[in-house]
Amino acid sequence: MASSLNPVDHGWRKHLPLVNAFVRYGLLILVGFLMIYPLLWMIGGAFKNNAEIFSSVGFIPKAPTTDGFINGWKTSTEYSFATYLLNTMKIVVPKVIVTVISSVIVAYGFARFAIPGRKWLFALLMATVLLPKSVLLIPQYLMFREFGWLDTYLPLYAPQAFATEGFFVFMIIQFMRSLPLDMEEAAVMDGCNSFQVLTLIVCPVILPAIISVALFQFMWSMNDFLQPLIYLSSVEKYPVALALKMSIDVTEATSWNEILAMSTIALAPSLILFFVAQKYFVEGVTSGAVKG
Amino acid sequence: MTPVSLTQMGNQKQAEQKWGNVSIDSVRLTDVRKTFNGHEVIKGVSLEVKKGELVVFVGPSGCGKSTLLRLIAGLETPTSGQIDISGRDVTYAHPSKRGVAMVFQSYALYPHMTVFDNIAFALKIQGLPKDEITHKVNAAAETLQLTHLLRRRPKALSGGQRQRVAIGRAIVREPDVFLFDEPLSNLDAALRGQMRVEIARLHTKLNATSVYVTHDQVEAMTLADKIVVLNAGRIEQVGSPLDLYRKPANLFVAGFIGSPRMNTLKARVRDVSADAVKLDLPQTILSVPRQSAEVPQGASVTLGVRPENLHLATEDEDAHLNGYVILIERLGGETFAYVALKDQEGDPLIMKLDGEVSLHNHQAVGLKIDLNRAHLFSEDGQAIGVSPDFAHQTDGSVHV
Repeated sequence: MASSLNPVDHGWRKHLPLVNAFVRYGLLILVGFLMIYPLLWMIGGAFKNNAEIFSSVGFIPKAPTTDGFINGWKTSTEYSFATYLLNTMKIVVPKVIVTVISSVIVAYGFARFAIPGRKWLFALLMATVLLPKSVLLIPQYLMFREFGWLDTYLPLYAPQAFATEGFFVFMIIQFMRSLPLDMEEAAVMDGCNSFQVLTLIVCPVILPAIISVALFQFMWSMNDFLQPLIYLSSVEKYPVALALKMSIDVTEATSWNEILAMSTIALAPSLILFFVAQKYFVEGVTSGAVKG
Repeated sequence: MTPVSLTQMGNQKQAEQKWGNVSIDSVRLTDVRKTFNGHEVIKGVSLEVKKGELVVFVGPSGCGKSTLLRLIAGLETPTSGQIDISGRDVTYAHPSKRGVAMVFQSYALYPHMTVFDNIAFALKIQGLPKDEITHKVNAAAETLQLTHLLRRRPKALSGGQRQRVAIGRAIVREPDVFLFDEPLSNLDAALRGQMRVEIARLHTKLNATSVYVTHDQVEAMTLADKIVVLNAGRIEQVGSPLDLYRKPANLFVAGFIGSPRMNTLKARVRDVSADAVKLDLPQTILSVPRQSAEVPQGASVTLGVRPENLHLATEDEDAHLNGYVILIERLGGETFAYVALKDQEGDPLIMKLDGEVSLHNHQAVGLKIDLNRAHLFSEDGQAIGVSPDFAHQTDGSVHV
């Protein structure tokens, strides 16, 4: 019987959690590095000179230089890069604002009001999500031409004021549906009208969803190339996406370091905004309001 | 209009004659009906709640008690009928214009606001001056012992504290009527008991009219001035807690009020006299004392006996019923024994006995029924006559 009291030899299984963690994190780091490499290469490339970009694979510049930034900022046109950045903001900021406002209002209607034909309208909304954007290009172009909106920023954000982004509306509807109805009813009992319920109670609670929508719209609009290309014709109104493209084809010998430097700058607003807003993706504001 | 609603209308007339002045009613429902998608959920309810009264709606789930409360609150509008609060017709008024405040089952606190802002919210919407809001919120917080929590957010509070904030949000508005929608059902048993006492104390202190919905009949019995028993969208009976316990108007109320529930035995009427009904039971013949019983001979009836009105027969006594014990639940202070009757199918009888009683499973026992406190119901479930023990105990409740 004494032998049964001896410690059991656990062998290699004792170290299993360690091995497990090693393999898991090793793989994650490897894949993560592969994904972020192009970004690192872009930032590294921005500090290289044009010759080095094509001669070395690594992303750490051998002789770091800020020439790319200095020359890139000047651009090959009569306007500096600041103009293009500002132009981008002139499109993106109104677009984000009207998208958020219109999507929230429409989503609230779908989520909370028994409008006649709601199911049918919702199906229609979802159908627009599935519609390829390119199908709309020609009719929209003709329409905006009739409005006299060509070469203005209006065609780029005015449609968003009518909750045309079905995906965002859907996203907010789903978020609203997860909210307890009691809370809104309590607000009604406290004397709120529907608009006050939406602005004072629902919006603060669905802030994570609203921030997600704003962030998505911001990043997608920053990256949008096609719409500005179609509607904008004067260079002074070009956003960053078009300006970068312009510097590729106007000069014969493309200064890739300048393009990379400007790309890095163009990327900065999205990155900064993402990291600032990141905690809202994680934090569930509703926790604690209702048991369960 | 169905016959039931006609009788209820009739009852309301009686009540008016009884109480005279209409203005003493804080809440009055007149033949209120509510239909959801062609399905009638509230089937003609008429009811008065007097000023300062705490009325409890009880009933099984799906009986329409919460819907009725929401109709009073204004969160739903009735399909037909009228709702008056403090003598004003508010059938279609906005919830905030009715002078009612509601405490929700899920607390429904605003998660992004502090406790102070939660309580102050309604006052801010009303546009009261800041000083007044602060003063009122502080007073409410003091009443509910929330002063030290005013800067916290709901998620940093315990269940009981959240419920107190929800109540604070209601009392700060100084409403004519408080509405409680199962406010304690999310709390654990110990806290529920404590909050029940607090709500009772608060009700006495504020002397406010309250309508309280619960499915827990202990809450109903302990809190209520008047209980309204609902079943399938209709009022089964209205009365004081003890009145319902002693004189249930029908089998549904008898089964619903009282825990463990009332035992029932099928019987046949052998003979009816002025002060007793003689019953044929499979095992015995019983003479149940009963005043003004109107039931034909040979009718099939149900004898109802509460668990505390069943006793073990001593050896020199003749037992009314014979059976054997199938289960014993010892709670310390009291013991519940489940007794299956000999040669009889059906649910076992539940007896409430002393905590120290010596019994064991499968033991053969003889049972005595306290016949003075037995209940008798006709085949359609309506109570027959009055037991002499309860005949004189009346407190002005309305039977429907």
